[in-house]
Amino acid sequence: MSTINLKNPQVEVREHRLGSITGFEGAASQLAGCCGGSPKERNRSFSQCLGCSTSNAACTVILIQDAAVISHGPVGCSGNLHEYAFTYRVNGVQRGLEHPTQRRIFSTNLDESDTVYGGERKLAEAIREVHGRTGAKAIFIITTCASGIIGDDVESLASEAEAELGIPVVAIFCEGFRSRIWTSGFDAGYHGIARKLIKPATRKQPDLVNVINFWGTDIFTALFGRIGLRPNYITPYATVAGIAQSSEAVATVQICATLGSYLGAALEQVHGVPELKSPAPYGIQATDRWWRELGQLTGRSREVETLLQEERAAFLPRIQELKALLTGRSAYVTAGAAHGHALIAILSELGLRVTGAAVFHHDPVYDSGSEQSDSLQAVVRDHGDIPRYTVCNKQEFELVNVLMRERPDLLLARHGGMTLWGAKLGIPSLLIGDEHFGMGYQGLVNYGERILEALENDEFVKNLARHAVNPYTDWWLKQDPYLFLEGARP
Amino acid sequence: MTGIIEQERYTCAIGAMQTVTAIRRAIPILHSGPGCGTMVSGFFERAKGYAGGNTAPCTNSGENEVVFGGEAKLRQVIQGSYQVLESDLQVVLTGCTAGIVGDDVGQVVKEFQEAGKPIVHVDTTGFKSNNYVSHSHVVKAIIDQYVDRFHQGQTRTRNQLVNVFATLPYQDPFWKGNLSELKRILEGIGLQVNILFGPESGGVAEWQRIPQAFANILVSPWPGLEIVQHLEQKYGQPFYQFPHLPIGSNETARFLRGVARFAELEPVRVEAFIAREEQAFYEEIDSLATFLLEFRYGLPGYVHVIHDASYVVGMSKFLLHEVGIVPREQFIVDNTPEPFQAGIRAELATTSSKRTIPLTFDPDAGRAQEAIRGFRHPGRGLLIGSGWDKLLAQDKGFDFLSASAPSPYRLVLTTGYLGFRGGLRLIEDIYDRVLATYK
Repeated sequence: MSTINLKNPQVEVREHRLGSITGFEGAASQLAGCCGGSPKERNRSFSQCLGCSTSNAACTVILIQDAAVISHGPVGCSGNLHEYAFTYRVNGVQRGLEHPTQRRIFSTNLDESDTVYGGERKLAEAIREVHGRTGAKAIFIITTCASGIIGDDVESLASEAEAELGIPVVAIFCEGFRSRIWTSGFDAGYHGIARKLIKPATRKQPDLVNVINFWGTDIFTALFGRIGLRPNYITPYATVAGIAQSSEAVATVQICATLGSYLGAALEQVHGVPELKSPAPYGIQATDRWWRELGQLTGRSREVETLLQEERAAFLPRIQELKALLTGRSAYVTAGAAHGHALIAILSELGLRVTGAAVFHHDPVYDSGSEQSDSLQAVVRDHGDIPRYTVCNKQEFELVNVLMRERPDLLLARHGGMTLWGAKLGIPSLLIGDEHFGMGYQGLVNYGERILEALENDEFVKNLARHAVNPYTDWWLKQDPYLFLEGARP
Repeated sequence: MTGIIEQERYTCAIGAMQTVTAIRRAIPILHSGPGCGTMVSGFFERAKGYAGGNTAPCTNSGENEVVFGGEAKLRQVIQGSYQVLESDLQVVLTGCTAGIVGDDVGQVVKEFQEAGKPIVHVDTTGFKSNNYVSHSHVVKAIIDQYVDRFHQGQTRTRNQLVNVFATLPYQDPFWKGNLSELKRILEGIGLQVNILFGPESGGVAEWQRIPQAFANILVSPWPGLEIVQHLEQKYGQPFYQFPHLPIGSNETARFLRGVARFAELEPVRVEAFIAREEQAFYEEIDSLATFLLEFRYGLPGYVHVIHDASYVVGMSKFLLHEVGIVPREQFIVDNTPEPFQAGIRAELATTSSKRTIPLTFDPDAGRAQEAIRGFRHPGRGLLIGSGWDKLLAQDKGFDFLSASAPSPYRLVLTTGYLGFRGGLRLIEDIYDRVLATYK
């Protein structure tokens, strides 16, 4: 268990805090349940571009309705943040936002002289300028490799500005070079939010449940409503005030422990809001466990049983039909850690055979320290072992090599860019962006229908495979896919 | 200008990995922190090309490389790149981590160069410039460290061949279409063209022929100027510069006549080509004029453009004279270096003898938006900008055409706005958006 310490401006990256790794190949059972112990990291001597912590930190703060974000770095370090502005506008409809406003995203635009003389004055001015220009209720500063290495004292500047301006000015330390696990950026963002935004509770709201998620469709208002609860979605689409009162909630749930591990633990340890420990509700067994734990935490066990019964009655018949249609098909999964486990559960529940997975990193334990939260362990226990389970941080060259060998009937991915290689090889490939799409009983139906559709409509991928450009060498595609992994068999 | 930037419209120096991606079978190798490649591909979107995006090798430098240096890791990643990826040219680009730490990238790359590998390196440390500038650095690095190996002392051996440097791959969303039209019209007046980027180029074999060209043509107000100046010194090739994107018939004809005078081409052939193209162009404008003049439900009468200098000037000239949309306040957001600003102002001022077009240079596009919110002009407005500007257009009741990066609301494949054909396409796109507002 990691002890949440909000006095420190920075939170340690996952490699150090949780013993997380990015390189492993073997059976899932070898890796599952090593809670407390630490699996050995295996480095790669060849590698391709990874994700960036600063971008993941940004996604925890840009979508807060009334916030502004300053990237303290060269202009390129906020290059992809416009994508969150797009997301905010497009998905607002699904989250009850009639008129999504322009995201306010700034760069301090550090140049060479700043790296010599420091970028502090520029940042201090930027904070005042952004405050004047946007009237934001909170300003977040996300750091970058350049600002980190030159050693700007971002924390002091933020604190001074906060005292002067009277709004939270939050320093978030998420330099890309600090971690190969870009989800360290989530932790950094949440650390800043927990330090500066969340206020101690002055009262409790016994029907309020924090939901740590991305920007998925609002399904919890209706589901929770059936048992007399209300979701408090954090942090996308929340307001600064809404986040401040998350300490008043009766419990915290998260759609993905890879995302919410740190914030869930912070709310529990610092504000006494219990975190639901069971892995997120993907697949029948996980769904039942999750809802029952929620019932216990909120004193609604009876209502939960009724809800589960209703869900079974509504969806089990169709789930059975889908399972009959999908049984025996093989699938390969590539996704972030906990959500990857969720996808394995969904596929297994629907009768598909998950022959392998390339999951971006592995957290042997989450911040709660609870063994109950070990989602890989849960999926192996519920659905059996995954024989060729690898931890691979989006290394396309390994994935292409593996897919050539595996030739699964379906590639299921959750991260941009990964489906391309399934498709180029003629393998029906599916990426579902909405993280709520696969939840609960209804989620199995949702996924089952989409998988059927993908398997059925394979003309496009078959055609693409005939014309696809392949930059990989013949030599490489004949090698063991893990040749470049430290300690590989020669 | 080093102030803050809201809503960036370009990216940092390492964004020039897209310059490499645009060369057939060339691969960028990043010696940078883990996120740079993702940031670049996220900025441009759908810009993977042959081996950009997730395919690009990267050292993903971490604490260890920052503290102890990353040369050993770079060496490994380059070696791996040869084993894993097929490529004709490798370009090592450094990011902020390597730049600050001071890795001797040149030395590591030299080992491979000496072994005969087609590899070059270029300093694209993010904070040192931006992709408008570092595009030139990448091109110069390829010329000096790769192309130069193929030149046997004889330069300018082909008196019809020109090298063309125009628009920045991917930063210009229409680069493929624009280069394609450029090649077509230059060939139309009798030249042979090294277009160098995109599907119509011959890849590295074409790059190897750069020294053979008798001259260079630059279609750009300032980005790329460094390249042609360098080539002038290096191979004695003179250059002809046309300082903005020639869009439509007037400017394209002017461009071609300029090239023809410079290259001393046979005027009869040049004029015959221009006449044919003009005729085809005005056949369309002719039949369009009735619509433009008579459509009773409303069409845009004025335009604000938020774009780089090349587009702002090119579009203003075209839209005023050949479409009848009046350019109001214009915003150049490409961080044009100060010494070039006066020239660009003067060029825009030649658009019309009877009106002044107000022009602002500022990469902080948030400020441009703030200004546009405050303007009041009679009639219906058109805003040409990036995806960032969609909401502004909506708030102002403007028609909106997304035509600059980043462009998440629009898909562009091979469309171009340059030249005779590009002008017509721009008209189609503007009025397609306008007519789509009628339900």
